[in-house]
Amino acid sequence: MASIGTIARRTFLIGSAAIAGGVAFGYYAYQRPVSNPLTDILGDGETTLNPFIKIDQSGVTIITPRADLGQGAYSIQAALVAEELDIAWEDIRVDPGPPSPSYFNAIVASEGFPAAAWDKGLGASALRGLGSAMSKFMGMQMTGGSTTVPDGFDRMRMAGAVARDVLLSAAAEQSGIAKAELKTKDGAVITPSGDELSYTSLAEAAALIEPPSNVKLKPESEWRYLGKNMRRLDIVEKSTGTAEYGIDVIMPDMVFATVRTNPRFGGGLKKFDASSAEKMRGVIKVVEIDGGVGVLADNTWRAFKAADAIDCDWGSAPYPATSDEQWTEAAASFTEERQDSQFRNEGDVALALDGADLIEAEYKVPYLAHAALEPLNTIVQFKDGQLDIWTGTQIPGIVIQNIASLTGLDADNIKVHVLIGGGSFGRRLEDDYVQQAVQLAMAHQGAPIKMTWSREEDMTHDFPRPMGMARGRGSVKNGKVDAYDLGIAYPSVSASQFGERYGVPLPGPDVTIVAGAWDQPFSIPNYRVTGYRVPPLVPVSSWRSVGASGNGFFHDCFLDELIHAAGADPLEERIRLCWHEPSRKVLETVGEMSNWGSALGENRGRGVAFTFSFGVAAAEVVEVTDTPQGIKIDKVFGAAEVGKVLDPVNIEAQMQGGIIWGLGHAMNAEITYADGMAEQTNYHAFEGMRLYQTPEIEVRALTNGPDLRGIGEPAVPPAAPALANAIFAATGKRIRELPLNKHIDFV
Amino acid sequence: MNETGNHMQLKVNGKEHEVEVEEDMPLLWVLRDELGITGPKYGCGITACGACTVHIDGMAIRSCSMPVGDVFGEVTTIEGLGTPDALHAVQAAWIEHQVAQCGYCQSGQIMAAAAFLEVNPDPDDEAIDRALSANLCRCGTYVRVREAVKTAAAKLRGV
Ligand code: FES
Ligand code: FES
Repeated sequence: MASIGTIARRTFLIGSAAIAGGVAFGYYAYQRPVSNPLTDILGDGETTLNPFIKIDQSGVTIITPRADLGQGAYSIQAALVAEELDIAWEDIRVDPGPPSPSYFNAIVASEGFPAAAWDKGLGASALRGLGSAMSKFMGMQMTGGSTTVPDGFDRMRMAGAVARDVLLSAAAEQSGIAKAELKTKDGAVITPSGDELSYTSLAEAAALIEPPSNVKLKPESEWRYLGKNMRRLDIVEKSTGTAEYGIDVIMPDMVFATVRTNPRFGGGLKKFDASSAEKMRGVIKVVEIDGGVGVLADNTWRAFKAADAIDCDWGSAPYPATSDEQWTEAAASFTEERQDSQFRNEGDVALALDGADLIEAEYKVPYLAHAALEPLNTIVQFKDGQLDIWTGTQIPGIVIQNIASLTGLDADNIKVHVLIGGGSFGRRLEDDYVQQAVQLAMAHQGAPIKMTWSREEDMTHDFPRPMGMARGRGSVKNGKVDAYDLGIAYPSVSASQFGERYGVPLPGPDVTIVAGAWDQPFSIPNYRVTGYRVPPLVPVSSWRSVGASGNGFFHDCFLDELIHAAGADPLEERIRLCWHEPSRKVLETVGEMSNWGSALGENRGRGVAFTFSFGVAAAEVVEVTDTPQGIKIDKVFGAAEVGKVLDPVNIEAQMQGGIIWGLGHAMNAEITYADGMAEQTNYHAFEGMRLYQTPEIEVRALTNGPDLRGIGEPAVPPAAPALANAIFAATGKRIRELPLNKHIDFV
Repeated sequence: MNETGNHMQLKVNGKEHEVEVEEDMPLLWVLRDELGITGPKYGCGITACGACTVHIDGMAIRSCSMPVGDVFGEVTTIEGLGTPDALHAVQAAWIEHQVAQCGYCQSGQIMAAAAFLEVNPDPDDEAIDRALSANLCRCGTYVRVREAVKTAAAKLRGV
């Protein structure tokens, strides 16, 4: 199986030339179909050796095309190149580069197909290959799906190695010393006699040298950065208030702006009265935009105040306007007509359940906002036929496409300058805020405009994670789980985000409806997972860990119920059911870390949960105490299989952050709708976790699996079910709806 | 365009500024949009996140909800606390523990921690939690925030 899978994968690679096939085919083979977008924009004295490297008199700049939204993407991308290129850590400079199809993400789109990452079979590999081809054709330079590291691992190291090779060749030519006798160190070629030829002095000559079609990468044992504790490149700036986010950009003659659009998505603006707003101090202009109004002023606060003073008559929501109606729609979706997928159907569920003691349960998860701490903003300037956009985005290529069709401008006249994001969690996979800013710029040409959303605008216009519902039926036999049947209903993220807003409707079932549930590595004798598509309600989007964010809770909690019904130990039974070796190790590891089975004392309980998502097996154990004031989360243990640890400090940070994200929203967060509008308008009503609620968290990254994986998302899905299972263990109360504080208090 | 504001004197990071704005304009927006001091961040505008925290005469204040007309003393922002070349002990601890992820909340976290350690130089976990729980971090850096506060406290005490 493994060998035929590998062969099939290779064959497919040749066909699509899509996966970053540096190692298999040499960098050049992969590079040929893409151009180097840097050549068009080189400044005076700048040289480029390939799409990832720019050199000028002051040193080397590494191009980091995946956006940094806080996950440390710039640092790890730079490390991949620097490791092979051989430059000193403190000399590294990064630049996100221009949006370009050359920076396509070969892996992200493959997550949209029903091929579990543990499945190396022919069908699965072919399907994944299709995803890569598609993503490339679409020129999708996308940051998402925890793919930055696996997508860049070969490609960016190869870029560094190839550049180093031509620099060595140039040095050999220049010095007359054989290439084999030259070495490199910290940005310079070193001759046998110890002379240093700096990369900056060699760059111009190196750029004229034909890059080798194959170079050897350093063996892991010689890595100086990768696998070690690296200091994030942005850590000083972010600790001194000097990091520049979009909201901080200041330009000469800049105008400040904000917008108000209908909080009922797609409801439109019927009419508005801005007469008092226009008279307010500092207001320059009020502009009608798609679905609302924008205010241009000389100060953000004055723009906010003026926007508040505009009397808008909003249209009604084109979807069921209250949460109650939306739940009714979801509940009515478990039907044959609305069935979307059934990727798992093993044994004979119907037969197994027939006459058995049926265990049935219904689960619900709410809409959730991304609510990144930096409110969405964009700086735009339309001048002399050229549109410049500065913003934090995960989709620079799609932004250009969408803005071209919005304005009628030629894509060549639209420049997107990518900035760091003050959080995103998937929100910057949308470009509604960019489109609004551009409309302001078209109405007020010449000056740069900084458009900033108020927090209220941000929270009430957050294309949320969809609400969803699951119905489980199952049975146990001889102390074991025997039948597991889970139906899951959500509105489709793929239809809403890709179909409606990217303009690329994806055919077939929406895998995100069942992701994190259908693809779990358990062998249960009778095992079925069915997805149902709820008709479109509120427009929805990808939210940190996407489908698995809710499905981890559904799938694992219902499994926990069956395990308890069987009278089995929650950890042991999960391990027994799990056939996938690396996943089993993850479960065993959290067991060992948490000293599973040891006595906890009065009013305490622990729960375990497991979710396989984004190719990563992740398990977490949560310990809680049931105090008179409510549940206190004492301690969390997390283990995840990542294949290879490239950046230990950051993996720990991402796992801690993912756990806090998962727990915090499970405890207390939801977006509900009344009259078509989100009822939560600011952080007082949508909180997540705070410091006083934060437990001790211990995490471990394992490396038993074959594939290198990213860890931005996979720690999220097991957090909610581990907490709910722990609460059950401590109190006997099984809570089947998030947020949990609808049913129990937290300290 | 009609009503004119008052001329006000504002001392920020040791420097005197004269601003001519409405008295009810929040200090945050005076700093950011009038003076170009962007270390303090806008997160919520309603004292719910702490991203805008600055010091006024050493006290941690939410600048988003402090009308500039009510500012009672000298303002210090993160830029005045320390710089990349001359770090404050809290900033050094934040760097040592690599606290920041997106970093957007961290100006506020650091300013809150610095003011807190002035009044409680040797805090336990509970005191740290009480002092910093009003500072929201969406990225979930809390575990390291706690560690960094302890490191900074020890450094400031000279241990
Ligand atoms: S912006 Fe001031 S507390 Fe949130
Ligand atoms: S580091 Fe991102 S909000 Fe705290």
